[in-house]
Amino acid sequence: MPALLDGQTLPLIFAALMGIAILAYVILDGYDLGVGMLMALADRQERDRMVATIGPFWDANETWLVLGIGLLLVAFPTAHGMVLQALYLPVALMLLGLTLRGVAFEFRVKAQEQYQRWWDWAFVGGSALSALTQGYMLGLYIMGFQEGWLTHAFAIGAAAGLAAAYGFMGATWLVGKTDGDLQARAVRWTRLTLVATAIGMVAVSLATPLVSPRIFERWFSFPNMIGLMPIPLMTAALFVALWVFLRRMPRLDHSLDFVPFMGAMSLFVLGFLGLAYSFYPYIVPEKLTIWQAASSPESLVIILMGALVVLPFIACYTAFSYYVFRGKATELRYD
Amino acid sequence: MDPILLARIQFGANISFHILFPTITIALGWVLLLFKVMFNRTGEDKWMNAYRFWVKVFALSFALGVVSGITMSFQFGTNWPGFMERVGNIAGPLLAYEVLTAFFLEATFLGIMLFGFRKVPNWVHTLATFLVAFGTTMSAFWILVLNSWMHTPAGHEMRDGVAFAIDWVAIIFNPSLPYRLAHMLLASGLTCGFLIAGLSAWRWLKHDRGPDVMIALRTGITIGALLIPVQIIVGDMHGLNTLKHQPAKVAAMEANWETRGNVPLVLFAIPNERERRNALEIAIPNGASLILKHDPAGIVPGLNEFVRADGTRLHPPVAPVFYAFRIMVGIGMLMLLLSWASGWRLWRRGDITAPLAWLLVGMTFSGWVATLAGWYVTEIGRQPWLVTGVLTTAEAASKVPAGMIASTLAMYLAIYVALIAAYISVLFHLAGKGLKGVAGPAGLGVSKGGAPVHPRGATARNG
Ligand code: HDD
Ligand code: HEM
Ligand code: HEM
Repeated sequence: MPALLDGQTLPLIFAALMGIAILAYVILDGYDLGVGMLMALADRQERDRMVATIGPFWDANETWLVLGIGLLLVAFPTAHGMVLQALYLPVALMLLGLTLRGVAFEFRVKAQEQYQRWWDWAFVGGSALSALTQGYMLGLYIMGFQEGWLTHAFAIGAAAGLAAAYGFMGATWLVGKTDGDLQARAVRWTRLTLVATAIGMVAVSLATPLVSPRIFERWFSFPNMIGLMPIPLMTAALFVALWVFLRRMPRLDHSLDFVPFMGAMSLFVLGFLGLAYSFYPYIVPEKLTIWQAASSPESLVIILMGALVVLPFIACYTAFSYYVFRGKATELRYD
Repeated sequence: MDPILLARIQFGANISFHILFPTITIALGWVLLLFKVMFNRTGEDKWMNAYRFWVKVFALSFALGVVSGITMSFQFGTNWPGFMERVGNIAGPLLAYEVLTAFFLEATFLGIMLFGFRKVPNWVHTLATFLVAFGTTMSAFWILVLNSWMHTPAGHEMRDGVAFAIDWVAIIFNPSLPYRLAHMLLASGLTCGFLIAGLSAWRWLKHDRGPDVMIALRTGITIGALLIPVQIIVGDMHGLNTLKHQPAKVAAMEANWETRGNVPLVLFAIPNERERRNALEIAIPNGASLILKHDPAGIVPGLNEFVRADGTRLHPPVAPVFYAFRIMVGIGMLMLLLSWASGWRLWRRGDITAPLAWLLVGMTFSGWVATLAGWYVTEIGRQPWLVTGVLTTAEAASKVPAGMIASTLAMYLAIYVALIAAYISVLFHLAGKGLKGVAGPAGLGVSKGGAPVHPRGATARNG
């Protein structure tokens, strides 16, 4: 085994891979869960168009969750057991939400007329439940799974924050994929959720260093602070720029319709980098580092080889699928 | 209640629900490819219309398979943390390869397969259909590698109680994989064949007998009639292989207590584990010896061989394995009778009869029952082991409090029952809808030769 792939670097590589999978999941499923929640505000016809914007993509989007959890499972089995047992109930509720949402895609148009409405609500409710429980779990994770009311209060705040952020992703996606009245409404939704997301991000950024002296130390000790300043500064600048840009939307010329979505994506990446920096090298906050949790190098090498061969293909055909369904969404039909 | 038992029930309920849908989609993907290729070659509308109807069933089944599969991917961590700690070095790479080589492939091309017909050239659409079918089959391959390895582990060595891989070829092509893979893929083909035949027979009974319905009916019955004899032979070979590697499981399937020669084939009995004998036994003399050893005097191991001197049982619970095995084989026999009778009729007269149609409707979901029964034989038959000879189920169980498991279990069960009911009723609803909107009095319903039977209204939106 080359020295590069030893017990020191392999866990790092896998932590990075897992981070990428989770980030991809949060961005991709984030927009389609967001669209699902926003459906609460739309009428039946608009709902059909909203579903059409995500119909061809949602399944592949959720596969990133399976990959992220799979990597956690195979690369850091001890952490996987600890994390998932601590999150037993919220995970079960999230799965309930994802199930309702996923099957509602099909049932809302295939079921008998009188039930289609119910499935629309299952779609909205399932999306909201998934987003809220994911935020709640993020909150528990940030708090290091400590006991006590403070943890749960923080987690509830994080749930609202992440749901708002998903709504924001979804709204910007709709701005890109729709036109006419629906696009105008999507622009309004984007502005509302932008504010909510900004509040949520500020709250989490302030709370995290306050609850953990270690994280406080990482961000506010001297040379680090200067190196890290770009993250909060860029985030703030992006929020302002997006706000200004949105005031000129919708435009007659559709060439810039995806700018808000790109902006939202960049915000997610920045937020993720901030969190990753706070927690590195821990995989279970304050309890387990990535090296303590890693599984045997032999097995990791086998997976890494497979991943390096296959991931470029996955990237290519994912790009192909977005290319095929590019532009404004049209109705979904099988023929 | 005992948390281990609850965790087992929960895992069993989730995977049982999950497997219902892959069983359909694995084979249905290939059937859709068949319809598509036939359409490309003949240009006849009936093939495309059959494709359009069955692709809806595929989309619905796929969605249920995906969401329940996502639940499965969390189950290992929540319910069996000990599993990954002990055999994670083997299971991990296999699961990772399933995600990388199968899930992304099928999930991405599904979008193009379902909604891309007008957006890509025809050959790309056909290719997408192929890739989805290929992806589902690949995912079956990887997960069955893992499952077979759990039954007949090979290619590993134990260090301090943890399994390490030493030979991946031996791990992947472990002794029971060929049989289990073949048997499961055939089970999928049969489940799908009877589903197609059953729903088409329902449409036939409703006088919806257009060429697309007839071609689907013919396809379903043909699949059933061709695969069932192969399945019976493969099942027999599978059993012989199991006898070699997991004799206790076969002893439970046969409810054979003593190791001896001239073992009868028990057709029916009520196995009594406390008294270690069968009540109400109906049996064919020498039958089991003949089947398992190809010799009437052949010596077959019995359950009493697998009890330690101190009384601990090393064999699985007998009754569930015994009954489940009979349910599976019984349905296999019914499938043989019905598919051949209908196939004969179709071949001689070009049509089926109403009684045959009703029987086919009755057997629409028989594949599900047989598949579940088969998995119960396999999985319960492995007890008390989780990985034969390596790890017991109790060792792998999680420390989550029983109350938590019980409440989530209740939630899962409630939603599964509701979803299965919704799924079945929507399939029949879709089948009934094929007829509506066709010009002419509903009672006649025969669509004019070749004209598309599907009214626009039924295909607008993704309905
Ligand atoms: C990758 C592994 C794997 C795969 C593919 C399957 N199983 Fe399994 N099964 C297990 C791994 C497992 C397990 C983790 O090993 C369990 C959990 C507890 C146990 O006893 O074995 C188990 C138990 C288990 C039980 C309970 C048995 C008992 O506790 O006595 C049932 C009913 C099933 N399974 C059914 C199925 C079905 C219907 C499957 C079809 C897909 C299936 N299993 C595939
Ligand atoms: C313990 C076992 C299992 C786990 C953890 C598991 C996990 C999963 C997951 C996560 C998915 C969703 C993938 C997606 O997003 O597209 C899935 C789908 C699938 N699984 Fe499983 N699975 C298990 C057992 C099985 C078995 C035994 C088979 C077949 C014999 C099977 C065949 C499939 C197929 C064909 C699909 C894709 C088609 C569909 O979704 O309907 N799985 N599984
Ligand atoms: C009629 C003759 C049949 C025979 C002799 C037969 C034999 C067997 C045996 C011995 C096993 C247990 C293997 C083991 O765990 O080691 C098994 C499992 C199984 N059977 Fe069958 N079977 C038959 C029909 C069917 C039918 C009709 C179906 C479904 C349509 C089916 C589906 C399954 C499944 C899904 C399993 C579990 C997976 C596996 O281990 O392959 N079987 N069968």
